Amino acid sequence: MTDRGRETAETPQDERFRKELLQVLPHLRAFARGLSGRPDMADDLVQEAAIKAWTARARYEPGTNMRAWTFAILRNHFLSEMRRSGRQTDLDEGTVERMLVMEADQEGPLHLSDMEAALRKISPERREAVLLVGASGFSYEEASVIAGCPVGTMKSRVARARADLAKLLDGG
Amino acid sequence: MLNQSKGSGGSGNGGGTTPPVVVPFTPQVHRKDEEPGWADGLRKLYNSVVDEPLPASFESLLRKLDESEDD
Repeated sequence: MTDRGRETAETPQDERFRKELLQVLPHLRAFARGLSGRPDMADDLVQEAAIKAWTARARYEPGTNMRAWTFAILRNHFLSEMRRSGRQTDLDEGTVERMLVMEADQEGPLHLSDMEAALRKISPERREAVLLVGASGFSYEEASVIAGCPVGTMKSRVARARADLAKLLDGG
Repeated sequence: MLNQSKGSGGSGNGGGTTPPVVVPFTPQVHRKDEEPGWADGLRKLYNSVVDEPLPASFESLLRKLDESEDD
C-alpha cells in the first residue's frame, strides 16, 4: 500500500476515501469481533481489510456503500485466513442441534457475554447473516451481496439464526 | 462452509488484484417485526464494540494511510 501511495499523489478522492474508511473502522471491528469471537484476531482482520480497501480504492465508485464494501473485503479475508490456518468455518448440523437442545432450558437475565456465547454456538453462515442484518443493520439485499449468496438464502439464514438464538437465549 | 463471495475484495491475494464487490447504497431499514429481547442484546453487543476507542495498534494503520498522503 505504501509503495502504491508513493507512486501516486493523493487526490481529493483519496482523501475522501480515507475519511470514509476511517469512519467505518469501528463497525468493521464489531463485525470482525462477531465473526471471529476473538478481539485480537478481529483487530488484525480489520487492519488487513482496511489496507486491502485502501489498495483497491481506485475501484471504489463514489456512491458505493463504504460499510458494505469494506465488510465484504473483511469477510473474504476472514474466510481466507480460516482456510489458511485449516480451521473449520462450518459446523456439523447435528452438533449444532445437540448444543441447542442442551442449552434450551437456560434461564436468567441476558448478558452480553450470553449473547457472545450464543453467537459462537450457531453455524458460521447463520452467525454472519444475523450479524449483518440483525446487528449491523444491512438490508437483506446488501447482506446477500456481502456474503455472495442469493437474497432468499440470506433471508433463510437470518431466520434460522434468529430461531437458534431464540432457543439459546430465550429458551423458545 | 461460508460461501465465497463472487469476486469480492481481495482475500489471500495481497489485496490488489481482485475487484471488490460493489454494493449499491440503500437506506438502512430497521425491521420491527418479531423483536425478542435478545435482538436488542445483539445490537447492544455490536454497538458496544463500535463505541470502543480504537486500540493503540491501529496507530500503525493510520500511519500507513498517512504515509501515502505525505508523498
